[in-house]
Amino acid sequence: MRDCQDISVALVGSGGAGALTAGNFLQEAACAAGWHGLLTRTVGAQIRGGEAAALLRLATHPVECLPDRYDLLIGIDWLNAQRFGAEIEVGPQSLVIGDPRGGEPPPVVAAAGARTVLIPFKEMAKAIPDGRQNMIALGVAAKLLGLDAELVSALIEKRLAGKGAAAIRASRAGIEAGYRAANGIDFDLRLAQPAATSGRRWLISGNEAAALGAIRGGIRFAAAYPITPATEVLEWLAPSLDKVGGTLLQAEDELAAINMIIGASFGGTPSFTATSGPGLSLMIEALGLATAAEIPIVVMDVMRAGPSTGIPTKSEQADLNIAVYGCHGDAPHIVVAPQSVVDCLFTTQWATYLAEALQTPAIVLSDQFMGQARSAIERPADIAFIGQRMRATDVVYPYKRYALAANGISPMAIPGTRGGQYTADGLTHNERGTPTSGAADHQAQLDKRLRKLEQFNYGSHWATIEGDGELAVVTFGSLTGTAREAVARAREDGIEATLIAPRLLAPVQPQAFARAIEGKKRLIVVEQTHGAQFYRYLRAHYDLPAATHVLNRPGPLPIRPGEIHQAISEWRH
Amino acid sequence: MATLDMRLACKPADYKSDVKPIWCPGCGDYHVLMSFTRAFAELGLPPEQIVVVSGIGCSSRIPAYTSCYGFHGVHGRSLALAAGLKVTRPDLTVVVASGDGDGYSIGGNHFLHACRRNIDMTYVVMDNRIYGMTKGQPSPTTESEFDTALAPGGTGLRPFHPLVVALASGANFVARCFSGEPNETASILVEAIRHPGFSFVEILSPCVTFRPDEKEWKSLVHPAPVGPTNDPAKAARRIMTDDGFNIGILYRGDRKPFQPAFGTPTADVAALEKDFEL
Repeated sequence: MRDCQDISVALVGSGGAGALTAGNFLQEAACAAGWHGLLTRTVGAQIRGGEAAALLRLATHPVECLPDRYDLLIGIDWLNAQRFGAEIEVGPQSLVIGDPRGGEPPPVVAAAGARTVLIPFKEMAKAIPDGRQNMIALGVAAKLLGLDAELVSALIEKRLAGKGAAAIRASRAGIEAGYRAANGIDFDLRLAQPAATSGRRWLISGNEAAALGAIRGGIRFAAAYPITPATEVLEWLAPSLDKVGGTLLQAEDELAAINMIIGASFGGTPSFTATSGPGLSLMIEALGLATAAEIPIVVMDVMRAGPSTGIPTKSEQADLNIAVYGCHGDAPHIVVAPQSVVDCLFTTQWATYLAEALQTPAIVLSDQFMGQARSAIERPADIAFIGQRMRATDVVYPYKRYALAANGISPMAIPGTRGGQYTADGLTHNERGTPTSGAADHQAQLDKRLRKLEQFNYGSHWATIEGDGELAVVTFGSLTGTAREAVARAREDGIEATLIAPRLLAPVQPQAFARAIEGKKRLIVVEQTHGAQFYRYLRAHYDLPAATHVLNRPGPLPIRPGEIHQAISEWRH
Repeated sequence: MATLDMRLACKPADYKSDVKPIWCPGCGDYHVLMSFTRAFAELGLPPEQIVVVSGIGCSSRIPAYTSCYGFHGVHGRSLALAAGLKVTRPDLTVVVASGDGDGYSIGGNHFLHACRRNIDMTYVVMDNRIYGMTKGQPSPTTESEFDTALAPGGTGLRPFHPLVVALASGANFVARCFSGEPNETASILVEAIRHPGFSFVEILSPCVTFRPDEKEWKSLVHPAPVGPTNDPAKAARRIMTDDGFNIGILYRGDRKPFQPAFGTPTADVAALEKDFEL
């Protein structure tokens, strides 16, 4: 038996087999026992009859990325598993458990040379009244990981409380059967005891964290149209907004959603929507309106593979271009990218603060990986970023809504304020807001809107910068955690590298970036896109060293820490 | 009494801004603007409590010509913008102004859902059966044989019937007006604004530049022969069979407006965190 710092488990099954439910319970039980864990999911497009996998990485320390390969792969059945076999890498050291009647493991699994053990999940489930095979698989996994059976049982009782005694009894019987079946299976990894943690711990997804961040930042109105993989943001927000005196409207489409939040924000309420690539495409026209009319809004894009409908259930980072450059005309706005599940909270809250302070739209670029991943975290401390819009309260009609303030930020009157009446307009307008086609007003207002974004002090939050090597790994979004792990592994090899991950993608920060890469001889740009969008964006705005490599790949095959580690190690002077 | 004083202080001119309209001389929309200011004065609402929301097109220029708050947004989305505003600011009086292109073509889907949603606001569509601002293309209400450069010989399409669509989709108040009768229009607008829920007012507003034939409307319009009904089936039959120039309130429903509780917290933000505690 070897003690290790992290173990990765994949639970696979056809849609409806309950792999995701078993994964959820396994994570919750392990985290209740004090370990850290990141649970991601990969599913097909079908609601039933597709394929689903819960990918769980448990560790003694916080984890932010997927592993290079899985130590334990359990196939409740192997139906359709070939569709994502490539996403679940196993090696010769891995243990693969399957049901002899559950079909054949995907060829990539068989080719990896992993040891295979057979357990008749289906047959065992039949022997239990209302028994379910996923609960047996859960028992097997829990036993192999060394989880206390009582702990798992207590959790089931808590979580299934609403389903009645029979359901609890059936699940517990299944788990016990799994524990028995795992007896004698040779699995020599054992998670080391976790370091004691102080304070409250949460189990939260990136999408939920973003929604909480929005509320903490002052958002009280949301309007949205359902879309994978952003829907969980909305489904948590809807009842939560009600509780704090806000509301969420389900719009007829994304065009309506963004216009609804523009209307609410015009009325003085900080407002939010969440969508994915296809929805963002529809919202772009109104995003330009909010920029021109200087209405603060927060738009979260939980990116999925594109273009067009793409792969709705799988991650990619290829909406960078549309987020930064999508609007017609010169339309400066904010684009920020959270860097982990927990950072979804901070970054969405910060985006709300920035949108309100700068009276402009802020796009939050999350992605499916991070949005639908669930992580055990320490409760994030309250932060001071609460949206505060500069309001015009004591005004005399006719009032100059778009006065050319030195810092570009002009006080905003909200309806109801006597003397503050003005018409917000997407047409080029003068200081009063009256439409004009004159060159001078056009120039002056474009200058004003750019100035307010450029003069603002974004502080140290603009980027994560860690380490001090001549080689820097430059990435953004959910790959930050992957790159961090790669840099840490390189450090263990005696190679010092720097991690640079801008959280603020627009407006660009040329001076701060120049300081960040000062003295760097080699850059490795890492991104989950086919077209190297992030590399091209960096090239467009910053002076990069000649020795710059790109490690890019479209979704849904995740970039593994090992690949970045290898790229660092292999690039000698 | 304060309310009485307020009413006396409100003249139609108090609701006009000093911005000069871009409309052509003789455009029906001037009269609509006049009806707006008369209605607002009659209601005695402070201008800062009124928001006029619009999209794109000749008619959608109207907000800046009033002294109220206004939002001149993107093409076709005014109803959505107004929904977000009204739900979060139920204290405001929200009037949405649109045209036949903005409201029935690019904004058609929002029209259906605004009727269905039944938020307390008034939707005024100035229908001139043509795209005026882009110089004379057919709109959803243009007659099928009407000849234009974009559709030579006519579209061959049956015109859209907005009042029936509004009724079928759940609008709570349906009226038809003629811009050339600003006093009658103003009093219908007053009733529309007072009526709870989504009120839809179609105003026939001639485009003298691209539809000079619409000057005829003056002689074609006539008051609706019977008063409004609260029976949607009866209203639908009347609207489907009238000559299109029936002026007046045609339907007055009693559906409860949609207004979620807003601004009444039952928990603080920290309480939401319980969802995540291990």
